Amino acid sequence: MKSLATALVSAVALTALAACGGGSDSAETSQAVEELGEKEGQVSILAWPGYVEDGTNDPEVDWVTPFEEQTGCQVTSKTYGTSDEALNLAKTGEYDVVAASGDLSLRLIASKEAAAVNTDLVPNYAEVFDFLKNTEWNTVDGVNYGIPHGYGANLLQYNTDVVTEAPTSWSAVFEESELAKYQGKVTAYDSPIYIADAALYLMKHDPDSGITNPYALDQEQLDAAVQLLKTQRKYVGEYWSDYLKLISASETGDTVVGTTWQVIVNSIGKDNIRAVLPEEGSTAWNDTWMLSAQAENPNCGYAWLDYIVSPKANAQATEYFGEAPNSEAACAETTDPKHCETYHAGDEEFSKSLWYWRTPIKECLDGRDVECTDYAQWTAAWTEIKG
Amino acid sequence: MSHRVGALLGRYPALRLGLLIAAPLTWLVAVYVVALAALLVTALWQVDSFTGDLERTVSLENLKTVLTGELYRTVTLRTVGVAALVTVIDVLIALPIAFYMAKVATPRRRRILLIAVLTPLWASYLVKAFAWRATLSDGGLLEWLGTPIGLQSPGYGLSAVVMTQAYIWLPYVILPIFAGLERVPDSLLEASGDLGGGPVHTLRWVVLPLLVPAVIAGSIFSFSLTLGDYITVNIVGGTSQMLGNLVFVNAGAANNLPLAATIALIPIVVMLGYLAAVRRTGALDNL
Repeated sequence: MKSLATALVSAVALTALAACGGGSDSAETSQAVEELGEKEGQVSILAWPGYVEDGTNDPEVDWVTPFEEQTGCQVTSKTYGTSDEALNLAKTGEYDVVAASGDLSLRLIASKEAAAVNTDLVPNYAEVFDFLKNTEWNTVDGVNYGIPHGYGANLLQYNTDVVTEAPTSWSAVFEESELAKYQGKVTAYDSPIYIADAALYLMKHDPDSGITNPYALDQEQLDAAVQLLKTQRKYVGEYWSDYLKLISASETGDTVVGTTWQVIVNSIGKDNIRAVLPEEGSTAWNDTWMLSAQAENPNCGYAWLDYIVSPKANAQATEYFGEAPNSEAACAETTDPKHCETYHAGDEEFSKSLWYWRTPIKECLDGRDVECTDYAQWTAAWTEIKG
Repeated sequence: MSHRVGALLGRYPALRLGLLIAAPLTWLVAVYVVALAALLVTALWQVDSFTGDLERTVSLENLKTVLTGELYRTVTLRTVGVAALVTVIDVLIALPIAFYMAKVATPRRRRILLIAVLTPLWASYLVKAFAWRATLSDGGLLEWLGTPIGLQSPGYGLSAVVMTQAYIWLPYVILPIFAGLERVPDSLLEASGDLGGGPVHTLRWVVLPLLVPAVIAGSIFSFSLTLGDYITVNIVGGTSQMLGNLVFVNAGAANNLPLAATIALIPIVVMLGYLAAVRRTGALDNL
């Protein structure tokens, strides 16, 4: 027993030494490439579900095969459920291209996982709506790190069999009087970023809270949002981050009201499962195609960036996911002629009414001169809410 | 030459033993002990919350968080409670089944039962958990069965976790108890009968004391496997969190590996405590 203890202690010491010595050096921020080389024949992509469809989920939905035929780059892809998960996956360096929402893109840039992108090498970039270019989540210090994909809002899903009166407000999931009707059948998105949904509700319904941006919460405002979510938790049946879990729970009727994405409602494809953008507006995402700093296939990566923002492919992808495309040209390519109208594509004012996912940091995003809570605090708060 | 090596080995038994177990011991140390040690060391580090990069500076901050945080106490108690409940249920179900298999059933029937107990192990863990998700769901099998007699499905939550885990780990409890019972000689049961002990008396004073090591072996399986589980909770647990979920969330989503490592120490400590308690009973000597 004694010798085992000695072995353990020396092993600990060895590991500690090895770990200290072998600190990983992340790649230096590289300049964007000036010109493209030969295509590598393959590209690996990390994206939200529904962004890289090759027909395996639905034979009708396939924009990967044409890309492979045009460029000779074979696509492998992986989907993720939350931005936090994506950050970990991106750090493995196994992915050449990443589709990132605003709460991920800045973290990728800060951890030097994202490479600068030379937009001159992405001809279709010219078509993209101007108000999506050079935004705070894809451009840092004048260096562009990605190509806008599309944007959309987190919606409120309800089952018309149970929720007979169509909800128009997030109060359906935040007010106890409403929640009590659906005890144990409410759902919410399982990520710390969901705290912003509660903050947005407080911002609209409780002016005294002083919240002006749901991603810039000081300690007191965070506590208020946490309180709201703790109340909500009593009525939640289960949280979801895997969209397939929400699909199955909605189909069986275990979940009847809660946060959703349009793509989930589309996948369920039943008349009694509907989604609405409530009157308070909503948290939302504005996604960017980024190139990994560790990309092994940058040329095929650039080919994908250009392809996926091309009007046809962008129209297919954004229509399937249920979000606004990134250009006027893409709007002309959608199968539903009213798609862009429905999602207010290109409507800058509407876009401003949505609160795109951002990473909360100590320095308040709304410019207030107090200390805000950062994402680590949000994460701790989120596990506390779930109890 | 070989003669001299042989003589050397003959003279020093320790050397002989050392050479014999060197390879497996290296493997054990490299794979198991070093991994555990890495866990301990990681628990002392921090993470930059924005970039998610590891900061390799030693601090006891994580340990403090875990030891003082109410959340971790609640979740630990919940996890240990679920693991204990699963173990008790499994032992209660396994005892009669194993007894029947070992002492009552004909050899033919024993073989059939053994296969029946082993067959669920061929199916993937995930398939079984999702099968329970469907069974417990709204309008699922359980509700369909229960409605005529006025019972409801418990829905997703802790009771669903206990049911699913008790189902999944049951074979691991039946098998050691069955093996233990097989080793109890029939002559002992007959002797007890000859001396006037009834079936209940025999069971209580002859069989059970002989079975304690087997029951404990089985309980170690169900207890430790439940303690570390997070997948079943994710699938049928509703909003509940167990220690495994906190580890998963911190490692997978929050990207806080050091905190995840610290939380992972809790089940290790619980298990060490359990094993130490078991060791005091002397049950491990009989395995």
